[in-house]
Amino acid sequence: MPRRSIWKGSFVDAFLLRMKKKRDLLLNRRIWSRRSSILPEFVNCSVRIYNGKTPVRCKITEEKVGHKFGEFAFTRKRRLSRTNIGSGRKRGKK
Amino acid sequence: MAQALMTPVAPSLSLICNPSRSSGSFSTLLPFPVPNPPKLPGLSIKCARVGGVEIPNNKRVGFSLQYIHGIGRTSARKILCDLNMDNKITKDLSEEELITLRDEVSKYMIEGDLRRFNALAIRRLKEIQCYRGVRHIQGLPCRGQRTKNNCRTLKGKRVAIAGKKKAPR
Repeated sequence: MPRRSIWKGSFVDAFLLRMKKKRDLLLNRRIWSRRSSILPEFVNCSVRIYNGKTPVRCKITEEKVGHKFGEFAFTRKRRLSRTNIGSGRKRGKK
Repeated sequence: MAQALMTPVAPSLSLICNPSRSSGSFSTLLPFPVPNPPKLPGLSIKCARVGGVEIPNNKRVGFSLQYIHGIGRTSARKILCDLNMDNKITKDLSEEELITLRDEVSKYMIEGDLRRFNALAIRRLKEIQCYRGVRHIQGLPCRGQRTKNNCRTLKGKRVAIAGKKKAPR
């Protein structure tokens, strides 16, 4: 669901733009820039995206192109809420 | 379906109906003989089939088109505009008008195709495990709405949580 107008192009932080040419730099590298979108050039390298606490490993596949890095590293703990919601939904469906 | 509905009522009526149905395209307005509708007021089922299974009834075209999944108010109006058609009641449409309507409607993505398209898009999100996909899996809104309360469409009916105290008044 791209919301940005097309004439602007996709937003990528400058240091990632530099890596477009040298892909080896990106391999297994920590990324703090969750806001920049994934370019087609980054396909097939695994990166570690920072979620605010620890870097999360993420392999970039072709389908992920066009999304932002931040979409693949969640910033919240899911455990607690998930069990609550899971049981709640099952009961609700009955 | 219409045929099945017709037969138990009056076998003679189906005989009258059959030749006209075979001559025209099979999915049309059922032409009733004039004296019949007053006799059977409950059974005046007049359906026009537009775009597959849709059976809008005796409403104005702009509204009966909205019974098709994928056609809302805007696109129904747009269809009428594009065809330069005035907003008649659906049963008053002639054969040619119906055919042009069908052609126009078939340009849109409707019903099964649309549903499949949407389901595929959601499945893709789920597969790549991005934030929106995960929210879909969890059954929570994925566009950043608050979930402390509300979101009842997605979360389903309210469930009382055991042991939760009500706030003292």
